[in-house]
Amino acid sequence: MANKASETPDDQDIPFMQRLLDNPFILLFLGVASPTILYIVWGIIEVAQIPIAN
Amino acid sequence: MASAANFRTCPDTGLKVDRTAEALIKANAVVAVVFLAVGGLFGVLVAMTRWPAVHLLDADMFYLVLTAHGADVLLFWILFFEVAILYFASAILLNSRLATPKFAWLAFIMMVVGAVMANVAVLQGDSTVMFTSYVPMKAEPHFYLGLIIFAVGALIALFVFFATLVVAKNEKTYEGSVPLVTFGAITAAIIAVFTIASGAVILIPTWLWSMGFIANIDTLLYKIIWWGMGHSSQQINVAAHVAVWYCIAAMVLGAKPLSEKVSRTAFLLYILFLQLASAHHLLVEPGVSSEWKIFNTSYAMYLAVLGSMIHGLSVPGAIEAAQRRRGFTHGIFEWLRKAPWGNPAFSGMFMSLVMFGFLGGISGVVMGTEQINLIIHNTLYVPGHFHATVVAGTTLTFMAVTYLVVPLIFRREIILPGMAKWQPYIFGIGVAGISLFMMGAGTLGVARRHWDITFTDAIMSVEVPGTAFLMMGLNGISALLAGVGGAMYVVIVVGSVLFGKRRDEAVAKANPIIFDGGAAVANYGSEEQVKVPGTIVLVAIFFTAFVLYYFVNWKFLSEVWPLS
Repeated sequence: MANKASETPDDQDIPFMQRLLDNPFILLFLGVASPTILYIVWGIIEVAQIPIAN
Repeated sequence: MASAANFRTCPDTGLKVDRTAEALIKANAVVAVVFLAVGGLFGVLVAMTRWPAVHLLDADMFYLVLTAHGADVLLFWILFFEVAILYFASAILLNSRLATPKFAWLAFIMMVVGAVMANVAVLQGDSTVMFTSYVPMKAEPHFYLGLIIFAVGALIALFVFFATLVVAKNEKTYEGSVPLVTFGAITAAIIAVFTIASGAVILIPTWLWSMGFIANIDTLLYKIIWWGMGHSSQQINVAAHVAVWYCIAAMVLGAKPLSEKVSRTAFLLYILFLQLASAHHLLVEPGVSSEWKIFNTSYAMYLAVLGSMIHGLSVPGAIEAAQRRRGFTHGIFEWLRKAPWGNPAFSGMFMSLVMFGFLGGISGVVMGTEQINLIIHNTLYVPGHFHATVVAGTTLTFMAVTYLVVPLIFRREIILPGMAKWQPYIFGIGVAGISLFMMGAGTLGVARRHWDITFTDAIMSVEVPGTAFLMMGLNGISALLAGVGGAMYVVIVVGSVLFGKRRDEAVAKANPIIFDGGAAVANYGSEEQVKVPGTIVLVAIFFTAFVLYYFVNWKFLSEVWPLS
């Protein structure tokens, strides 16, 4: 199961993207934050701004 | 740490298999197939009612059955199977023990109780609110409670999956990066967390509203948050079935991705943007701005579509590269002609790939474009589209991988191999018909979610062209074909699990079903040979179809909405 990345002696030498993709919890944060902000929160703000009918 | 006695060594792959994970995979897969059988039967009844010449059920029963069909196949079948995939992609592929097995069993029990409770509520007749359960339509409280219990169970299963990743890393059961199939499962699990959180945020207040504790739920707010669950739940499927495409290609042919980095980046695009496509359900809502609609669909969704197109090149490319490595190098398409079309795992996967791209993918982009969405919004085109993505895409893929799961996990040989060889074709052709003919009827203006497409007793008459009746008849025939294919699947799977010959070490050696012990699926690594001319031709055909269909829809729009 070895791969070339595992032979790298120092974590600092691992490219940023690979470190990002190797961390499921950062990905989890991004994957929940992105739709929460861009879809849910922005959508709720839009609904909240609808004037109430008289 | 688990003792060695808790593991067995798989004679096919040499992988260490945690027996608890194996038992949970079996339990979740079996219950998934039960819900597929029940939900599929409801689906045939729906299609027989939508076929105007048959019109099988009365209106009340039609809406009840449609509600049950949606819940059983869109939620319960899919999510039970996906939990099985998550445990496989974590504990089995990473050679690890499953974390917190008692919580995994608790999750399973909660999911079963919730799914049964929601089904009982629907079948009792007072919760006919459709899959979307839009307020102010009100179901019985135990309908919402069943969905909530099911969702909490699924959420616990997700935590077990993430905890297993931590256990595997800490106990060094693998080195470096996780295999691509596990990465795809991580993507599915991340989307699932958002999905279930959205469901909890809206279903818990709706449950309280159904019991009278809350006076009112804003309908537009409900729609926005509900679709965060309703559409994203189908994006879990996309990530999961793409992971399974890579898995089957690796297991059957030893195919490695053309580039691990590129495929993982495509999954990252899913993680960041796929859930935002939920907004396309709200493209005609007056309460939200065009900025919100267009950003979430036409901009963000296209980045997720880019991810799908990368997978659409990478998966057949990986197959072509593997086949060329095995000597099928003559011409552009020898690799494809001599692919194992008699192996239901491969044929089901490849048909799913083609139909998901050509039928589901292209129609999805059309639906996600605010202007041309107007032509088909809330018509039968919408279920036509998602039968291409969820049934031809996800269900057919999950059926295909079952032909590997039964021998490898249940340790049983597949019974009726002749029938198994034909099953993906019969189901796949049926589903392609369902999808195409519903999209055709929708393009002609047939409304979705209606018992009577002619609106016979409506005050304002609705004219539907005769071709639409033909489309609905062909949809009914296709549904029967898919129903036969689905029944064949259930017979083969249940029969194999109960009566199949035991697959011990001797049988596994005599009848190997996976390539090179599945090394390609359990390891990180890219294909060295990346010259794939056949795949480039296939992709060029896809793009031509995509562009033509996209612009044809703008032409349709100019005809239904003249500007002069």
